[in-house]
Amino acid sequence: MSLLRRRAPSLVPLLALVAALGASLCAPLTAPLRAQDTTVAGVRIGLVYAGARPGVLVLPVDGTAGDSIRAILQRDFQHGDRIDVVALAPSAIPPFGNGTTAKPNYALFTRLGAAAILQVTPTSFGIQVAVHNAAKGVVERAKAFPLPAGALSADWRLALHAVADEIEQWITGVRGVAATRILYVSGGRVWQVDSDGANALAITSAGTAMSPVWHPKASHIAYMTMGPTGQQIVVREIGGATRVLPTRAGLNMTPTFAPDGYTLAYAHGGESGTDLYATNAFGTDPARRITVGRGSDNTQPSFSPDGRRLAFTSGRLGHPEVYISDADGTNADLLTRDYVDQPYRANPDWSPDGRLIAFEAQLGGRMQVMSISLRDRLVKRHTSEGANEQPSWAPDSRHVVFTSDRGGSRQLWVLDVESNTVRQLTRAPAGARFGAWSPPLLRTR
Amino acid sequence: MTRGSRVLALSVFALAAVSACRKKPETTPTPGAGPTPSPTCDQRCRDSIALREKRVADSIAAANAAAEKAAYERAIAATKAALAAPVYFEYDSDELSSDARATLDAKLPIFRANPSLRIRVAGHTDERGSDEYNLALGQRRAAAVKRYLSDQGIDGGRFEIVSFGEERPAVTDANEESWRMNRRAEFEIIAGGDALVAPK
Repeated sequence: MSLLRRRAPSLVPLLALVAALGASLCAPLTAPLRAQDTTVAGVRIGLVYAGARPGVLVLPVDGTAGDSIRAILQRDFQHGDRIDVVALAPSAIPPFGNGTTAKPNYALFTRLGAAAILQVTPTSFGIQVAVHNAAKGVVERAKAFPLPAGALSADWRLALHAVADEIEQWITGVRGVAATRILYVSGGRVWQVDSDGANALAITSAGTAMSPVWHPKASHIAYMTMGPTGQQIVVREIGGATRVLPTRAGLNMTPTFAPDGYTLAYAHGGESGTDLYATNAFGTDPARRITVGRGSDNTQPSFSPDGRRLAFTSGRLGHPEVYISDADGTNADLLTRDYVDQPYRANPDWSPDGRLIAFEAQLGGRMQVMSISLRDRLVKRHTSEGANEQPSWAPDSRHVVFTSDRGGSRQLWVLDVESNTVRQLTRAPAGARFGAWSPPLLRTR
Repeated sequence: MTRGSRVLALSVFALAAVSACRKKPETTPTPGAGPTPSPTCDQRCRDSIALREKRVADSIAAANAAAEKAAYERAIAATKAALAAPVYFEYDSDELSSDARATLDAKLPIFRANPSLRIRVAGHTDERGSDEYNLALGQRRAAAVKRYLSDQGIDGGRFEIVSFGEERPAVTDANEESWRMNRRAEFEIIAGGDALVAPK
C-alpha cells in the first residue's frame, strides 16, 4: 500500500481499525516482516489532510512518572514527523476537565492548534489513553495499555514507545517507529540505542567490529570482525551465544539477512576480487556464489522486502555503482547511472516498503545520502552539510539513520526523507558509524 | 774505548748475567709478537709492553669485527627496509604505477636470497569512499601486489594477503598528501625473518 494512496483523507469506522489491528496481530511473524509492519490500510481518525500534520496536544499526566510519560510521547510524535506537537508547558494548558464531569472546552483547544487532545491516565497496571477529536468534540479512541513495572527502565520505555507508535497510527494512519533500536559501531564494539537516543548500550566486547545488521525478527544480529589475517562474520543471538560463520579465509564482510530470516548474504574477497555469496544464517550450507565480478569488487548486499531481488555495490565498470539483480545474481542492472561529476555511489539499503533504495553518492568530494525511486528512477539528494553516508531505513520507509561528521565527529543522525530534516541520534565519545535500524521490536496488544 | 764506556759495557754484561740467573719469567711474550725486549726492560716492563701489544691487536680485531657487523647490519637493515618499503596507489585504483613496480622489483633479490622468507601484504586505502567498499579495494591492492611478485617468479605461496581498508591509516590528516600516504600496500615478515640474508 503506497504512501500516496494513504494520503487521501478518509473517515474509517472504528470497526475497520479493530479488525485490521486484530488481523495484523494474529498474523504469524513471518518474513517479510518489515514490509508488513508499518501500515494498516485506511486506518485514520480523520485528522490528517493531504500535506498537513495534525496538531496534537498531550495533556499533563498525573503520577510519579507522569512528566516522563508526557515527554516521551511528545518526543516520539515529534520524531515521527507526521504530527505537530502542540508543545505547551503544563501551566499554560487550560483546564480540560476529567472527561466525565465537565465537558472540555474543545473550541479553546482548537484555537491552540490541537486537532487531537491526548489524555493519559496512570492505572494500576499501565496507562489509560484517550484521543479526543477537538473538531468533533468527542473521544475518538480509548484504550488501556499495560506497562512493565519499573518506570524509566529500558523495557518500560520500549513499551511506552510502542504506545506512541499505536497512537500515531490512530491519528495518522501510519504506525510510528519509536519502538525500535539502532545498532551501530563505536570504538570497535557493536552498540544499540533506542530510537530516541536513550539507553545506549555496548552489546559486544572490545574488538574490531564493523557493519552490524539485524535479523528480520530482531532475534539475532550479524556483524564483521577484523583480525590480523582477515575478516570474519559473526552471528549473535540477542542475549545469547555468538557464532563465527565458517567462511573461507580472507575478506568476509557486509553480512545481511534475507527477509526469510534463514538466508545470509555476504561479500567474500580473495585474490581475484570480491563477490557476493549466500549461505544460511548458521553457515552450515555450502556458500552459494551470487555475483561473478571477474576481479571487481561486489559488496554491501541489501534484499528487497520480498527477498526476490538484491541491491549491491559493484566496481565492475571500474568504479563503484549500485546495481540491482535477482536474488541469485542474474539479471543485474545498473541502478545509479553516471549523473554527477564524481563516479562513486555505494551502500544501498532497500526500503521496507520496497519503493526506494537509499545509497550514498560522492558529490564534490564528499559522500551524501541519496534515494532513488524504483518506479521512475528519480534520484533525490537528502543531505548537504558535511559528509553523510551509510543510510539504513526505519520500518516506516520514511526515516533513515546515517553517519555524518557535520557535528565535528562522526555520529549517527536521523533523516526524514520527505522533509529532509535531521536530528542527532548519538553522542558517542569515540564516534559512531554503521547505523542499522531494527524492525519493530514490540507490538502493543 | 774510554774508561767510562768500558764500565758501562761491564755493567751491562753484569746485569745480563744476573738476570740470566733468575728464574724463568712468569709470562713470556708471544713468539714473534713485537720487538725483543730491551735488556733494560724488566719483567713488569715487558708485561706491560705485551699487554699493550695485545690491546692494540684486540682493538684492531674488535674494530674489524665491528665494522663487519655494522656493514652486515647495514645490509640487513637495507634489506629489511627494501622489504618493508610500501607501494602507493592512485585513488580508487589497484593499478601498480612504474614507481610501485620499481619498489616491488627491489624486493625480488631479497626473496631469491631468502627462500624461507614469507610475507603478509596488507592493502590500505584513504578515508574517502565507503568504509566497507574500501575493505574490498584494499584486498584488491594486496592481491595486485601478490600477483606482480608471483609473475616475477616468486612462489605465490610465500605471500599472504589481507586488507584493512581505511581502518589503519598511516597518517591521520585529511588532505591530499595524507590520502596519498594512506593508499598503500604494506609488507610484514611472517616467517624467515630471523636469519635474513642480504642479496649478493
